[in-house]
Amino acid sequence: MEDLDQFSLDVRNWLEANCPVSQRQPMGPEDQYWGGRRGEFPSEDAKVWFERMRDKGWTVPEWPTQYGGGGLTPQQSKVLKDEMKRISARTPIYGLGIWMLGPAVLEYGTEEQKLQHILPIINGETRWAQGYSEPGAGSDLASLQCKAEDMGDHFLVNGTKIWTTAADRCDWIFCLVRTDPNVKKQEGISFLLMDMDDPGVTTTPIALISGESEFCQTFFDNVKVPKENLIGELNKGWSVAKALLVHERKLMAEIGSDSPRHILQPNMAAREYLEFEGGKIADARLRDDLVEYDMLMQAVALTHFRTFEEKSSGLRSAAPMVMKYVGTEAEKTKSELLLAIMGSRGVGWEGNSFTPQEIDTTRLWATSKVMTIAGGSSEIQLNLIAQKVLELPQS
Amino acid sequence: MSLVLNEEQRLLQDTAKDFLNKYAPVTSLRKLRDEHDPIGYAPDLWVQMTEMGWASVILPEAYGGLEFGFLGLGVVIEETGRTLAASPLFASAVVGASALLLGGSEKQKQLLLPQIAGGDLTLALALEESHHHRPTHIATSARVQNDHFVLNGTKCFVLDGHSADKLIVVARTSGTESDSAGLTLLLVDRTSKGITCQRTVMADSRNAADIIFEDVMVPAGDILGAIDEGWSILEPVLDRGRVAIAAEMMGCALETFERTVAYLKDREQFGVRIGSFQALQHRAAHMQSELELCRSILLQALSTVDDAPDQLPLLASLAKARLNALVKLITNEAVQMHGGIGVTDDLEIGFFLKRARVAMQIFGDTGFHKDRYATLCGY
Repeated sequence: MEDLDQFSLDVRNWLEANCPVSQRQPMGPEDQYWGGRRGEFPSEDAKVWFERMRDKGWTVPEWPTQYGGGGLTPQQSKVLKDEMKRISARTPIYGLGIWMLGPAVLEYGTEEQKLQHILPIINGETRWAQGYSEPGAGSDLASLQCKAEDMGDHFLVNGTKIWTTAADRCDWIFCLVRTDPNVKKQEGISFLLMDMDDPGVTTTPIALISGESEFCQTFFDNVKVPKENLIGELNKGWSVAKALLVHERKLMAEIGSDSPRHILQPNMAAREYLEFEGGKIADARLRDDLVEYDMLMQAVALTHFRTFEEKSSGLRSAAPMVMKYVGTEAEKTKSELLLAIMGSRGVGWEGNSFTPQEIDTTRLWATSKVMTIAGGSSEIQLNLIAQKVLELPQS
Repeated sequence: MSLVLNEEQRLLQDTAKDFLNKYAPVTSLRKLRDEHDPIGYAPDLWVQMTEMGWASVILPEAYGGLEFGFLGLGVVIEETGRTLAASPLFASAVVGASALLLGGSEKQKQLLLPQIAGGDLTLALALEESHHHRPTHIATSARVQNDHFVLNGTKCFVLDGHSADKLIVVARTSGTESDSAGLTLLLVDRTSKGITCQRTVMADSRNAADIIFEDVMVPAGDILGAIDEGWSILEPVLDRGRVAIAAEMMGCALETFERTVAYLKDREQFGVRIGSFQALQHRAAHMQSELELCRSILLQALSTVDDAPDQLPLLASLAKARLNALVKLITNEAVQMHGGIGVTDDLEIGFFLKRARVAMQIFGDTGFHKDRYATLCGY
């Protein structure tokens, strides 16, 4: 415990000395650095901040030091996270490489694969896309058809992947591909890495209801992929993917705990957009909706905290299993509540009649609809809780 | 602050579970109900509970207590919620003992707390005057006359009111009817001259009473805390009671839910077990999610009593509001998912349903606590 206190002090001093003041301000999406061959730093300070954190290994605090990680324990990692939060230090680099592919390679990869892929992720040289869903395989992911045929010295990949996040700006993609069509569907899937510059790979952005195009569809037409790009055993990709889904869901459940710039909190919006009478919101219905939401968010925050405490004490509960469902539904509730509080000012789309914050709110409301669909829809989450936690019979 | 139980608390929980399953299962409550038991709980059982130290869990060692704190109390109360064990635990050992701890003089504490701990003294809080919880709306008056108070008024929904040895009466000594200032807590023997006590038979088969005070003479020294300043004691006492009853509701919800899930795995219709139907699976999974959220709230609220009393009002209202909603959802779903058998008196689910509805009214319903939470948040 004393060691942790000392560590905490060291972290605090280091951050004080090394985190540029400009990197301690609330941030918008345009301030994020995602790395990759096409990645650009939003500012010189962002570059300095990233490089200093990278050199400490603290962009990936819990990864082993021999591959460039920070080698911290979960407790130390939480201290770092808390200290960064305390001074509002920005996350120096974002990306699926750090969140998903890196952990997968570290767990399932060979030594050669670790040496090939981990450092470029840490250095921000490779930006990764995820290729799971297909037009015909959404919630029923295991029915995927994109196939990789064994051609002896390489795989030949044909098919398509959809909802590939920012794939038009990515360098590599990790995919689930069909390697055996003649067995139970989960047992013929492999986890394959592909260079997106390879001949036969094309990517098209998809316009969403939010007006953004953060998702793409990626096509594979006779793409030759080296055998060494297979992660884990042939036809065992489903287990790798399942392990990664846990990371993805945890991530999505945590998104609600960030409070970046522009994003209005409902209780702040209430002060700006609602009438008060005698210190209370005059509209009793909206006041009730707001208190319902605030109570929910306090419950969600406490449950995140409990999950961490349980993990540290080696205890297990069903709490982590419900967080994706609860967290993303709460985000949707929040967006709907903001619209209700802001009235017609909460449904502005573009132009000078609305403040940038108002337009952000409308767009984020549309974006929030993605949350309960991506990463396993709420219905799939409920199926999982019913089957894994409650052990109800399968239909 | 901790959101996980320690070894000592887990042990206490296991002991409580074993004891209650053996000596106070739901069949005990059914028996008390069917035999129209005059007290509404089994005094022998209460003696056993006090021998196990349950009435002294939150008391400091100086007064014969175990000093396990509210997390310790929480695990015991939660287990009583699972078997619907009727006892003076809540009214005496939580509410009464907290009022003495927070408001009593050293002399009162020395004299009375060990008696509560030993099961020799039971208390009841005579607070409510209308069918909704409005703790500052007090019309019952205590007029000073020489070295006595003269107490007049009517109280309702007094938990354990017809069985407790002493009543803690919330009375107005100054101010107007809805003021929080001007309240005084009087300690009165239940059998005092001028007190009429009428047991009310409630849906949950536990005991409560309507009590009329007519020119009851109370010695001037028999008050908790200072005259006119009862609210500063009453509010934290109510908050402790709210957190404790939330713990009981968690036990009630959990037991009802587990029995329902077991039924879904057992009952067959259309040639399959009904738990395989997605319509039921999703509702069950949603309840599991709500249970997880409420579990975190409850642990935080229990810790707050001991570790951060300044945050207690917010946490107590959060806990009472959310546990009210949880227990309502789960007991309703339990009856529905059990189908026809769910509405029979034979099945114990009905006992949980009824206890839940009464518990939801204790020290503030959902609306009361949402309003209070919003007010504390500044809107």
